[in-house]
Amino acid sequence: MSELLLFEKSKEGRRGFLLPALDVPAADPQEVIGPSICADAPPALPQLCEVEVTRHYQNLARKNFGVDLGFYPLGSCTMKYNPKVNEEAASLPGFCEVHPLQPEESVQGSLKLLHTLTSFLCEITGMSWGTMQSMAGAHGEFTGMKLFRAYFQKRGETRRNRLIVPSSSHGTNPASAHLSGFEVVEIPADSRGLVSLEALAPHLDDRLAGIMLTNPNTLGLFETDILEISQAVHDSGGLLYYDGANLNAVMGISRPGDMGFDVIHLNLHKTFSTPHGGGGPGSGPVLVSKRLVPFLPVPDVTQEGDIYRFSWDRPESIGKISGFYGNFLVNVRALTYILVMGCDGLKRASQMAVLNANYLMKHLKPLYHLTYDVICKHEFVLSAERLKKETGITAVDIAKGLIEEGIHPPTVYFPLIVPEALMIEPTETETLETLDRFIEVMKHLHRRAYEDPQSLKEAPSHMAVSRVDDVGAARHPRVCWEC
Amino acid sequence: MNRPIPYIPHTQQDISVMLKAVGVSSVDQLFSDIPESVRLQGSLAVPQGVSEYEALKFMQGLSEMNIRCTSFLGCGIYDHIIPSAVKQVLSTPAFLTSYTPYQPEISQGLLQGIFEFQTMICRLTGMQVSNASLYDGHTAAAEAAAIALQAKRKAGTILVSAGVHPFTRKVLETHYRGSGIKIETVELHQGRTRLEDVKDLLSSDAAALIVQTPNILGVLEDLDGFAEAVHEKKALFIVSSNPMTLGVCRNQASWGADIAIGDTQCFGLPQSFGGPTVGYIAAVEKLLRKMPGRIAGETKDAQGRRAFVLTLQAREQHIKRERATSNICSNQALAAFGTASYLALAGPEGLREAGVQCMSKAHYLYEKLGEIPGLHPVVEAPFFHEFAFYLASPEKAKEYLDRMYRRGIFAGVHLGEMDSRFDGIVVSAVTEKRTREEMDRYAECTREVLA
Amino acid sequence: MSEIRDDLRYTENHEWVSLKDGTVRVGITDYAQDSLGEIVYVELPEIEDEFSQGEEAASIESVKAAAPVYAVMSGRITKVNRKLEDSPELVNEAPYSAYIYEMEIRDPDEFEHLMDSEAYSDYLESID
Repeated sequence: MSELLLFEKSKEGRRGFLLPALDVPAADPQEVIGPSICADAPPALPQLCEVEVTRHYQNLARKNFGVDLGFYPLGSCTMKYNPKVNEEAASLPGFCEVHPLQPEESVQGSLKLLHTLTSFLCEITGMSWGTMQSMAGAHGEFTGMKLFRAYFQKRGETRRNRLIVPSSSHGTNPASAHLSGFEVVEIPADSRGLVSLEALAPHLDDRLAGIMLTNPNTLGLFETDILEISQAVHDSGGLLYYDGANLNAVMGISRPGDMGFDVIHLNLHKTFSTPHGGGGPGSGPVLVSKRLVPFLPVPDVTQEGDIYRFSWDRPESIGKISGFYGNFLVNVRALTYILVMGCDGLKRASQMAVLNANYLMKHLKPLYHLTYDVICKHEFVLSAERLKKETGITAVDIAKGLIEEGIHPPTVYFPLIVPEALMIEPTETETLETLDRFIEVMKHLHRRAYEDPQSLKEAPSHMAVSRVDDVGAARHPRVCWEC
Repeated sequence: MNRPIPYIPHTQQDISVMLKAVGVSSVDQLFSDIPESVRLQGSLAVPQGVSEYEALKFMQGLSEMNIRCTSFLGCGIYDHIIPSAVKQVLSTPAFLTSYTPYQPEISQGLLQGIFEFQTMICRLTGMQVSNASLYDGHTAAAEAAAIALQAKRKAGTILVSAGVHPFTRKVLETHYRGSGIKIETVELHQGRTRLEDVKDLLSSDAAALIVQTPNILGVLEDLDGFAEAVHEKKALFIVSSNPMTLGVCRNQASWGADIAIGDTQCFGLPQSFGGPTVGYIAAVEKLLRKMPGRIAGETKDAQGRRAFVLTLQAREQHIKRERATSNICSNQALAAFGTASYLALAGPEGLREAGVQCMSKAHYLYEKLGEIPGLHPVVEAPFFHEFAFYLASPEKAKEYLDRMYRRGIFAGVHLGEMDSRFDGIVVSAVTEKRTREEMDRYAECTREVLA
Repeated sequence: MSEIRDDLRYTENHEWVSLKDGTVRVGITDYAQDSLGEIVYVELPEIEDEFSQGEEAASIESVKAAAPVYAVMSGRITKVNRKLEDSPELVNEAPYSAYIYEMEIRDPDEFEHLMDSEAYSDYLESID
């Protein structure tokens, strides 16, 4: 049964919350701001009482899946458990009730937090300094590309306009590079699923701006030639960008800074356990090597003894990239997480994330094709191609079968270079029992594909809705109710 | 033996079982593909882990280093009343711990919620289409400009009123620096953007004009005739508005805007040192397929029941890659739920009442301050809940604000610190949360400080 | 097996082209519509738009893909198929009548460089 929309539940005259009585003379808008600026009537919002609004959202919640409800092995998204202490920290009034333009003296706690978190993230990644202003991974990438530009501009190397991305990269990589005016060159993975020096070689010239890599890459494989790659790119005058989406595989084990990367972004909503919130808010800090520090966005946060300040005096800065200082409350959560985990805990998180992934991979590869059969890092990519040929059952059908079993599907059809891809990332927060159940369900679905493919084609049954008509939705879009 | 960590469930026995299944002898062996040369020697110089209680205590300590005063700060972030029911929605696990609703069958809650948010934004702004949110109102301006540049391919200039928030203008500059796109400023006259100046600057190269109302001085712009002038050059008219004004003031559609942008922090979201907030963007129907970010659409399931789904995904980066015109992926979905639930609780009358209260209180304080020598209104023009006054110099402005702070009042923002064209100008905001007593005290302290 | 028509020329990007009085008509091939799947939107160029050969002139979207349609030659758009705005599915149903745009071309020689049906057929075999 579909939940009625808030608008459909509306009844004239209902209100869901009250304001204090006005304790000053009421101003008449017509008089104060003039009839030419006044609205004829307030917007047609729904009219509901509090109990209806509360129930509405709780009923919507019942039709939604989250990490708190079950296993969520969505590859590349690192859907690890979101600790509750983070939420408590982020709701502290001293953090929530602070305005971004207060005097510096009155926001020392916030500034110290930003400074401390930046320092910790630099240590974890081996970078020199950074900014917390970017609000998501893609925002971080865009910032990173601006930093590349500013660096080449400063050096008078405006010819450097080509940016290499592997064909397995996240879509945001080429999009961010292109939006920043770079010409995107896609290079294929070699037979190992990795970037090779051979693929790189033709592009190592004075037009090269750099390369964007994820390491481990989106196939869950560590780019073993990374030092040779970074040397080659640096030798030809280019820079290296690290998409931190997969940092959860290597914390405390290997650092992008030590691999030779110049600019990196992290996704605090992935690696550092802040909640994904149905698509955000996230946080995508950008960290850089020493030579790129002068170009970081303003304001910087600096420390002099016990005093923290905003520093706007950065003549080479790329400028501001968002309104204030980023998604501050997300950063509060990330710091809380780092404090609880500590250096040993962060390393253990990566170790167990990789162990969980390899355990699943080992059990699933006899059934689903594994393109690159080597030890993986925090995730791996299976292909349902063979299944599709033999039974007609696709990666999407498997995904829908998982939904029926109370498990969130893996990422499907990404990376683009693996046909019928199922990209699985269990994360370290899942128990052996959960993994075993997932294996059983995947085996069961595999059997079902051969024995009763039709039922799987129609899956999921007994959910709030069955498969939806996305073609109809895109041909005749309705994105607003009665607009 | 390892210190137990509440978020890592592996027992020693689990680890042995799993290693055996994988066929390796140690956890380290799982990392044997990482060349020795890029392995971290020793451990990270991050403190040893602590209990959750200790971490929380540390965070509490940090939070208490922040000082809260009676606040009249605005300029994009406001201290409004937040209903308890909104906080409850924001902490609902099924929303908080989910991700982008790629799988509609188990994401109907989020998808319907986003669809409702989109509808509310359309109703507020009068536009026909909206998306699931953007990072904030400032980056929304850069995304709106991108739509305009896409709609008018060969154009290369974005006109921006000097009344647009200085940080929005800075974000626009960063976004388009080095791209060949020019950002040109329309100066204010008497605190307002003048149509004749806009007409002077509009050339055939203009892709869009961006205006903010109320503008950074708090002044409500009169935008009659703007849309016609902009459309004559085949450019788009982009209007940014604090949506709290829209229960009382004319919305973007009524001014003929093609794209409406802004930030909904004022609806249900704490100030949070500036974030997270929610950037909104809405547009006329014909721009739908040029919108950035996620969009929820209504459709039907296999049984013909109403269902919601992420739609028009072919616009997006994960499909279009380098041909995409925006790289937006994550947005501010959960915070948008805060806004939607606020608006559902407030309803049209609640929104209007909040607006009238803000306006009444701001005008009350303005009158009070008007009696004080040494404070000069910047302009005599209609305002909503923010107004600007001028002190003799930037130094005087800073000194005034500092002395007010010593008396427990955040009296306003010195705009000169964000943009030197506004040196010596202080902007104060008054929300429904401020009381007469607080405002009387504000006036009294101001009198003392300026005496 | 996808349909290939003898009276048309083809590009490696799976556009079909016909030439009449200095004007070309362009659409996408049966093979292209089949690989894209159900088409949900066709973004048409504006009449009078000028393109150089190889520039993106239009775009075709399915639910899971977006494919550029290039200017197969240099010239000026003279006509677009407005029917596709409301009925993008026509491209799936009849790819060779659902043209996308017509263009007045500058250099008729460019037409001669396009593949004929036989060459296109070989090309399809080579990529499959």
